[in-house]
Amino acid sequence: MTRYQNIDHLAGDFYTQNFAQTAAEGNLILNLGPQHPSTHGVLRVVVELDGEYIMRAEPILGYLHRMHEKMAEVKTAAQFIPNMGRVDYGHALGWNWAFVGAVEKAAGIEVPERAEYVRVITCELNRIASHLLWWGAYLLDLGAFTPIMYAFDDREKVLDILQDPTGSRLTYSYYRIGGVAKDLSQDCLDSIRAFIPWFRSRLPMYKDLVTDNIILRKRIEDIGVIEKDACRRFGATGPVARGSGINYDVRRNEPYSVYPKLDFEIPTSERKCARGRYDVRMAEMEQCLRIIEQALEMMPEGDILVKGAPKPSWKVPAGEAYFAVEGARGKIGAYVVSDGGKNIYRTKLRAPGFCNLSLFAEVSRGTILADAVAILGSLDLIIPEIDR
Amino acid sequence: MNAIPAELLHIVIGLVAVAASVGLIGLVMVWVERKVAGHIQRRPGPFEVGPSGVLQPLCDALKLVGKQLFMPLGADPILFWLAPVLAFLPVLLLFLPLPVGDGLQALDINLGLLLILAFSGLAVLSVLLAGWASNNKYGLLGAARGVAQSVAYEIPLLLSVLSVSFVAGSLNLATVVEGQGTWPWNWNIMTQPLAFLIYSVSAFGETNRAPFDLPEAESELTAGFHTEYSGMGFGLFFLAEYANMVVVCAVATALFLGGWHGPVLPGPVWFVLKVSALMLLMVFARWTFPRVRFDQLLNINWKWLLPLAVANLLLTAFFVKLAQFA
Repeated sequence: MTRYQNIDHLAGDFYTQNFAQTAAEGNLILNLGPQHPSTHGVLRVVVELDGEYIMRAEPILGYLHRMHEKMAEVKTAAQFIPNMGRVDYGHALGWNWAFVGAVEKAAGIEVPERAEYVRVITCELNRIASHLLWWGAYLLDLGAFTPIMYAFDDREKVLDILQDPTGSRLTYSYYRIGGVAKDLSQDCLDSIRAFIPWFRSRLPMYKDLVTDNIILRKRIEDIGVIEKDACRRFGATGPVARGSGINYDVRRNEPYSVYPKLDFEIPTSERKCARGRYDVRMAEMEQCLRIIEQALEMMPEGDILVKGAPKPSWKVPAGEAYFAVEGARGKIGAYVVSDGGKNIYRTKLRAPGFCNLSLFAEVSRGTILADAVAILGSLDLIIPEIDR
Repeated sequence: MNAIPAELLHIVIGLVAVAASVGLIGLVMVWVERKVAGHIQRRPGPFEVGPSGVLQPLCDALKLVGKQLFMPLGADPILFWLAPVLAFLPVLLLFLPLPVGDGLQALDINLGLLLILAFSGLAVLSVLLAGWASNNKYGLLGAARGVAQSVAYEIPLLLSVLSVSFVAGSLNLATVVEGQGTWPWNWNIMTQPLAFLIYSVSAFGETNRAPFDLPEAESELTAGFHTEYSGMGFGLFFLAEYANMVVVCAVATALFLGGWHGPVLPGPVWFVLKVSALMLLMVFARWTFPRVRFDQLLNINWKWLLPLAVANLLLTAFFVKLAQFA
C-alpha cells in the first residue's frame, strides 16, 4: 500500500505535535480551525478529545496578525485613524474613539460638545450592530439558521444610518482628532428616530422566538461558567465580565465624553454561564436605544470639529496618554507615547477579545465539543481584534 | 409475451417507477426546502432559474455531477466510495412496500413494514463507513455520533410502529391502512396518539434532520461524516436524506394518518397530500429550532422515548388481548 507511506506531513505542525506529545494515550488531537465554521475567521484551537469530552484546549493566535501597532509607528496620528476601523470590524467606532481620545488627551484638545454627542450616538448604534452580528452568528453556531437573517435585517438598517455620516458601512474611520468628520444630517437624524421604536418592537419578538426556546436555553444555561475571580485574573471586561456579575463598565466606572450626563443602566447577570453573557448583551441593546434617545434630545447645535483641527501632518506634542472606551466586547484601550516627532513613538492597543479568549482554555476543560462551540461563541470573539 | 411472468413485469415497472420518483422527489424537495427556508428567513429563495426558481435543483444537480470526485490521502478507496452508494441504494427498496393508493403498491408483501425497518437500518452502516473511511477526524466524530444516534432512535421507532401493527394484526402497510376509515377520527392517530408522538420524534433522529442533525453538525464538525465528499458522493448522501424523509413520512401517513383514505379526492392524492404536509413540518422544524446537544439527544431517547414506547406497547398488547376475549 504505497499510498499510506507519505502521510507523515499530515501529523501536524509544531503546535499539534507539541500537544500530541503530552496527550494521554488514546486521546484524539483535533485542530478546530484556522478554517472552521464556528471560529469566526481564523482562530485556531487545538483540543485534546477523549470521546467528545475536551481534556485540554489551547487557542493559537496570529493567523490574522497585521502589525497595527507597528504601522502606528510609521504613520502620523491622523493617518493612523483608518487602521482603527479595521482592527475590529464589529465595533469599528469604539476603536476609532479609543485612539482619537488618547491622542486628544495627549495633546490636550477639547472636543466640541455637539461632536461628543455625535460620537455617543454613532458609537451606540455601532454597538447595536455589533451585538446583532454576534447574536446571529452565535445562534448559527448553535444550529439555528434563521435568526441571523433577522439580525442582519436589523443590522442593515443600522448600517444604512451610519453610512450617511461615515461614508462606509463596516470599517468606519469617522472620528477625527478634535471631533468627527461630518455632522449628522436631518435625514440621518430622522432615520435614527424612526429606528428606535422599530428596533424596540423587535426585541420582545427575539425574546419570544429565540431566547425562550427550550432547546436554546438547555444549550446555553450552566455552560461555560466563569467565576468572578477568573474574570479578574484574566482581565475579562465587557459583557463577559458583566455576565459573571462584575458590575464594571468603562462608561460608568471611568467616565468619558458626555456619558455621565446620560441616564442608563449597566445590565449584569449573576448566572455566570453563557446564558448570563447572552442576557447581558440582549439587555445592552435596549440600553443603547435609551442612550441614543437621550443623546438626540440633549444634542446642542454647534461645531462638530474643533477650530484649527489637526492636519494630517500635525505632530502630537511630546507626552503620553491612555484612553479607554467601552466597546461591544469590553474595554478598548489605546496608549500613545509621543516624543514630539512626526509619528507617534509607540502605540499600544488593548483588545478586550484577547483577554476574553484567554478564559477559554480554562473554561472549556471537561466540557463536550458542542459546548466548546457554545462557549467560544458566547465570548463574542472578533479575531482581527485579538491578533491586531 | 407469455414467457415473461406477470410478477416480474410488475416488479420491474415498480422499480423503475420508484427510481424515477425518488429522483423527482429529491429535486422537488430541494426546491421546496430552499423556497420555504427563504420565506422563513424573509428572503425570496431561489428565483433566477425558471419560474420561481423551479429549475434551480436541476442546475444544482448538474453542478454536483460535473464536480471532481476527490478522495483524501490515506482514505480507504473501496469503503470510501461504497458508503454513498450504500446510503442511497437501500432507500430505493424502502419505497417498494409503500401503499400509495388502494392496490397501488410496488411490492405487496406481508412483511412490508419489516422490510422498511430492516433496510433503513443500513443507513447507519453508510454513515459509519463514510466517517471511518475518509480518514478525517471530523468525519470520525460525525460517524460515531451518527451510529450512537441511529441505533438509539431505531428502538423507540420500532416499538411505536409495532404497537400500531398489533392493533391492525399485520405488518403489511396496505392492511394497516385498510383498517382505518375516511375521517380523521377513524385514523390510528386517535387510538395511538402516544405512538405517533414517539414515532415523529424518532423520525427526526432517524433521518438526521435538524434539530437532531448531529452527525453533520456543521458548526462543530464542519460537515460531520460527509466532510470529505465532493460532487455526487455528497449528492448521493443528500438525495438519500430526502428519500429517507419521504419514507418516514409515508410510513407515518400509512400507519397513523389513514393512508390513502380521505373524502372526495381520489386515494393517491390524499396520500401525497398527507406526506407533503408531514414533509413540510420537518422542513419548518429545521429552519426554526437550534440544534440539541448530543448528550441531551440521547437523554431524550433513553430516558423518555424508550420507556414510554415500551409502556405504550405493553398497554396496546394488553388491550388487544382483552379485545380478543371479549
